[in-house]
Amino acid sequence: MSYLNRPYWNRAIETISRDELTVIQNQRLRSTVEKIYSRVPYYRSKMQEKGLLPADIKTVEDLKNLPFVTKQDLRDTYPYGLFAEPLDAISRIHASSGTTGKQTVVGYTKRDLDLWSECMARCLMMAGADHTDIVQVCYGYGLFTGGLGAHGGAELIGASVIPASTGNTRRQLTMMKDFGSTVLCCTPSYALYMGDSLKDYGMTKKDLKLKFGVFGAEPWSVNMRHEIEDRLGLEAFDIYGLSEIMGPSVSQDCPYHAGLHVWEDAFLPEIVDTETFEPVPDGVLGELVFTTIDKEGMPLIRYRTRDIASITHEKCECGRVHARMSKLSGRSDDMLIIRGVNVFPSQIESVLLEEAGAAPHYQIIVDRINNLDTMTVEIEVSENLFSDYVKGMEVTENRIRAMIESVLGISCKVRLVEPKSIPRSEGKAKRVIDKRVL
Amino acid sequence: MFITQISAFIENKPGRLAEVIGWLAEDNINIHALSIADTTDFGILRLIVSDAVGAQKLLKNHNLTVKLTDVIAVALEHKPGSLAVVLREMEKINASIEYMYAFTSHSAHHNAMVIFRLENQDEAAEKLKDSDIKLIGSEALKELD
Repeated sequence: MSYLNRPYWNRAIETISRDELTVIQNQRLRSTVEKIYSRVPYYRSKMQEKGLLPADIKTVEDLKNLPFVTKQDLRDTYPYGLFAEPLDAISRIHASSGTTGKQTVVGYTKRDLDLWSECMARCLMMAGADHTDIVQVCYGYGLFTGGLGAHGGAELIGASVIPASTGNTRRQLTMMKDFGSTVLCCTPSYALYMGDSLKDYGMTKKDLKLKFGVFGAEPWSVNMRHEIEDRLGLEAFDIYGLSEIMGPSVSQDCPYHAGLHVWEDAFLPEIVDTETFEPVPDGVLGELVFTTIDKEGMPLIRYRTRDIASITHEKCECGRVHARMSKLSGRSDDMLIIRGVNVFPSQIESVLLEEAGAAPHYQIIVDRINNLDTMTVEIEVSENLFSDYVKGMEVTENRIRAMIESVLGISCKVRLVEPKSIPRSEGKAKRVIDKRVL
Repeated sequence: MFITQISAFIENKPGRLAEVIGWLAEDNINIHALSIADTTDFGILRLIVSDAVGAQKLLKNHNLTVKLTDVIAVALEHKPGSLAVVLREMEKINASIEYMYAFTSHSAHHNAMVIFRLENQDEAAEKLKDSDIKLIGSEALKELD
């Protein structure tokens, strides 16, 4: 199939001219700023501190004057402080795990959910899917935005959707084979894992009918894309998103695989310098910042994602004018993404503080074994963790493990080690060892 | 009534035990009894030594996590059936054993010894005082040096 023959979900908006797109962006930015100013006191005071009125923001060019929003702002206004609509108008709430037990909460109106499905539909069709496809969604369904996000778009394009959710690889592969799934949505590491597991269940990729895969929720490399394509016999696409902005479908690469198209009629991307926070030119790496201009429930202005990427506004060969961001090249904070779940070392530290009285020295070791992320927390045994009988030690180990798992929502291993055995540099222990090679 | 046991957390890696025991040797600390409880990743080394407080200080200086615990030492005759008698007595007073280890010795008063760590140890020890079981105090241990 020729690339250009691949259908668009929304040809009018995807191939709109830059000038026309700018007109839409300016108008939507103005109404978003007005709405937030009048309805979200928290952000209004941020604007007032800078002496800004909604009328000062006329075009996208003025965006750089507006104050940023960070994850900390979401925590400070927990749970509903940044909502711009009354709860009555909120149709759905998603949340991601946060430090010290507080989650990051986001709310969607009915129209927001439609917009989300619209963006996801564009992504799926950009990958080549349509109403004749069978889409197996192996992202988690629940508070995590992956499952329901991908699901909404797949339904909108009229595909048959299998809400498989996560886990049970044998069942996933059996369904994939027996139900004839043609499109797979999951994390790239799980895709690779499933590819490797085929032989364990007496299958090969020839037993599958997969054509496309839409993989995201964690950073991955071009090499990994080729590996997945080889093992599952499909074409792999990189989808990006974050719950604060929408969930998956904020951006995705097209068949030219030359960057991820950001749906600019809904999300304004910026790249800012990681130290000065000033916008940087196209092609320069910096922190990715998003402003939502078409959301009702919880519109965010200049949300700092902490993801490092660059951006280009050059028109793509696929015909879409929407700006392209590079694959993520890192984080500007210490957040880890483990099996698609965001993990901050401080979350583990707060559990240890609670369980051990004082925070013992610890180290988080992340690895990828058989293409599945593993996390081991090594903890130096202090006197209040030590017991002279094994049962006592096992109880301690299990209690800490259960607490970490309940805070993070992913499984982990706890290993007790001798004091001073975790290497320290300049007296400070290195908290995270990430052995994964992407 | 009780004697002092020192326990230390030791990771399972080659040469580690030799190193720890070596430190005790250098400080001229004598080991009367020893046991190791092992798991996949770590072991708990338990010792009855000539100078528990000195050993605690020494091992702490070497960055080990250590702990002093009261345990019960029972004197036995080194002959068939003597441990069975003691264990039956333990059962009679409903003492539940957390762990135990045994060794023969060369004292003038006994020639085998069993170390017990019991659940609700204080209560159990009171009951044992009225039984036929012969408990060893820390003074008696000194004869072993």
